[in-house]
Amino acid sequence: MNAAEQAEFEEEEAIGGTGEGDEIMEEAEEHEDGYTSSTPTSTLTWISWFCSLPGHEYFCEVTEDFIEDDFNLTGLNTAVPFWKEAMEMVLDVEPDEDTSKIPDVSIVESSAEMLYGLVHQRYILTRVGLAAMVDKYELGIFGSCPRVYCMGTNVVPCGRSDMYGLDTVKLFCPNCNDIYVPPSSRYQGVDGAFFGTTFAHLFFQTYRELAPAPFWKAPPNSSMSNSPRLSAGSMTHSTTTFVNPNPHGGQKRAAGYVYVPRIYGFKVSERAKCGPRMQWLRLRPESPEELDMVDWRGRWIDDEDDDYDEDEEEEEDRRMEDFDPDANDDDDDDEEEEEEEEEPSKSPPTSRHDAVAPTGSARTTPTSNTNARPPISNISLPKMNTLDGKLRVIKQWSPAVGLAT
Amino acid sequence: MLHRAVEDVSTGSDSDYSRWISWFLSSKGNEYFCEVDEDFILDRFNLTGLNNEVSNYAQALDLITDQLDDDIQDELRGSLDVQARLLYGLIHARWIVTARGLTKMIEKYRRAEFGRCPRVMCQPQPLLPVGLNDVPYEKSVKLYCGRCEDLYSPKSSRHGSIDGAFFGTTFPHLLFLVYPTLIPPKIGPTDIGASSTSGNGTREGENRIRRRLREEMDPAIAEGGGENISTASVALKAERYKPRIYGFQLNEIAKLQRWQEAVRDRQVARLEESEERGS
Repeated sequence: MNAAEQAEFEEEEAIGGTGEGDEIMEEAEEHEDGYTSSTPTSTLTWISWFCSLPGHEYFCEVTEDFIEDDFNLTGLNTAVPFWKEAMEMVLDVEPDEDTSKIPDVSIVESSAEMLYGLVHQRYILTRVGLAAMVDKYELGIFGSCPRVYCMGTNVVPCGRSDMYGLDTVKLFCPNCNDIYVPPSSRYQGVDGAFFGTTFAHLFFQTYRELAPAPFWKAPPNSSMSNSPRLSAGSMTHSTTTFVNPNPHGGQKRAAGYVYVPRIYGFKVSERAKCGPRMQWLRLRPESPEELDMVDWRGRWIDDEDDDYDEDEEEEEDRRMEDFDPDANDDDDDDEEEEEEEEEPSKSPPTSRHDAVAPTGSARTTPTSNTNARPPISNISLPKMNTLDGKLRVIKQWSPAVGLAT
Repeated sequence: MLHRAVEDVSTGSDSDYSRWISWFLSSKGNEYFCEVDEDFILDRFNLTGLNNEVSNYAQALDLITDQLDDDIQDELRGSLDVQARLLYGLIHARWIVTARGLTKMIEKYRRAEFGRCPRVMCQPQPLLPVGLNDVPYEKSVKLYCGRCEDLYSPKSSRHGSIDGAFFGTTFPHLLFLVYPTLIPPKIGPTDIGASSTSGNGTREGENRIRRRLREEMDPAIAEGGGENISTASVALKAERYKPRIYGFQLNEIAKLQRWQEAVRDRQVARLEESEERGS
């Protein structure tokens, strides 16, 4: 521990004497000849000291029994150098043998930080950890979204990688679903892996009442000038309690205004070179049903544009050729979903429109293509559709294909 | 602070213009403002209507232009300073949408003096100040990012308390309308303001970059220009963050993002079509 940190620590000790009654002393480290001091002069644990450092406000205190459970540490011992010494430091355990083989205590310190951070990443995904973080969230400790039209929605810390040393911590806003750089430079030293990529989203899945819903309707009485989507007939009252028909979705009313650039009071036309190009990034549909108007590949379901249909036909052909009927293992569900999400162009069209068509007389291109295929492709089609993970669509597809075969 | 300004005026041997303005610009929290040219302020046409917005208009104007009589009572000076700030702010809002005002603000923009976009995917795009209202005392100043085309609140509270009307709702959009070559790309590094973060050690490199910027600027600074720039499909290049739990996208957010991207694609198709028809 360097002098400055030591001073800081002693200061903390003087103030925060209400920590857990741990007998092992932090100052023990300053004795070169090992952690021999056992006089209880401090009640502050390493963990509460660490979490109280400036820049460490985002951390919650991981319980010691979580760290002591080896199962929770699986794989970490290979990632953290000086594992044993770091563990001892984090848990304030007196080392049983001399530590002279460690050249510098600051190395152990950084190992301890890394160890604690990586355990923290796992801890905040547990029920207790999430509960600890929601307390901090509601106190606004993580700050609020810098975006003006998120109206100060509270944010949560978020990593861009689960691997240590790749990026610093960022802040996730549940309203605009975007990530931001923390406003203060003191968070520049906090690794994003200490919070991980999953936490922010598991957090809002767990506390759905804190997550804004994906749709939004401009309140009728307010100045509508800020919304690019003005519908004259939107006279529904917004004072009633807000309900999202999707029970697994966000249950909070969203802050949905989108900025509209204006020059001398006139909206900048999208036809201008400098016209708005990015409003889609913040736009929400007015009703949850509108979300279903886009199929899982991101196409409008009832798009009458001919160009789109041609594209679909081509892509369908390619997909059928690539298709391997043997690769229908249900175990691959998750992987398949991932792949399909990333490269939607390789996948067959499963829009509602297509799905309904085979039962009627007017058959659309995908169905006629299916019929033209050798039987093996037809048989495996229903299975293939279970792979893309879009269950709503599959239900509509399977009977339809059954009819076709 | 006011006293210092007054002293400056009285001790200034030559009638150096804009003592008050340089004091105002150098005081903390006023970093967003640029210097308004003397002849712009002295042309009464540019100040049309401001006499209704500012009380003690004549004296406030005298204070700004350092022509205030020294025998003004001290208690009046205090309130006069507030009025002078308001008047300067309102003149500033008109000034920055003039040709010369725009070039002055572009210099500040190139030095990233208004900060950088906090959005991770926009890093490190410099921002531009913008108001949400042209009427004073309504909304504080916000920062517009030309990359994500969204508004952010200034990080520091001393900037957060500046009146948005001192910059106006028009400024950043007029800037990109007049200088389409300055419209930031939706992806990749920003070519401007990149040198401002380097330390003293890279002085030479900094100068070189500045020189290069000036060279680049010359064609860019020509108003209009960039006739052959097409921005119809730029949105397709924009990066966005996709929330994931253990690597899997979240159903509802993914659905919303697909919907948003479909809206985007529809706009791109519409713009490309109209561009084709236009050419």
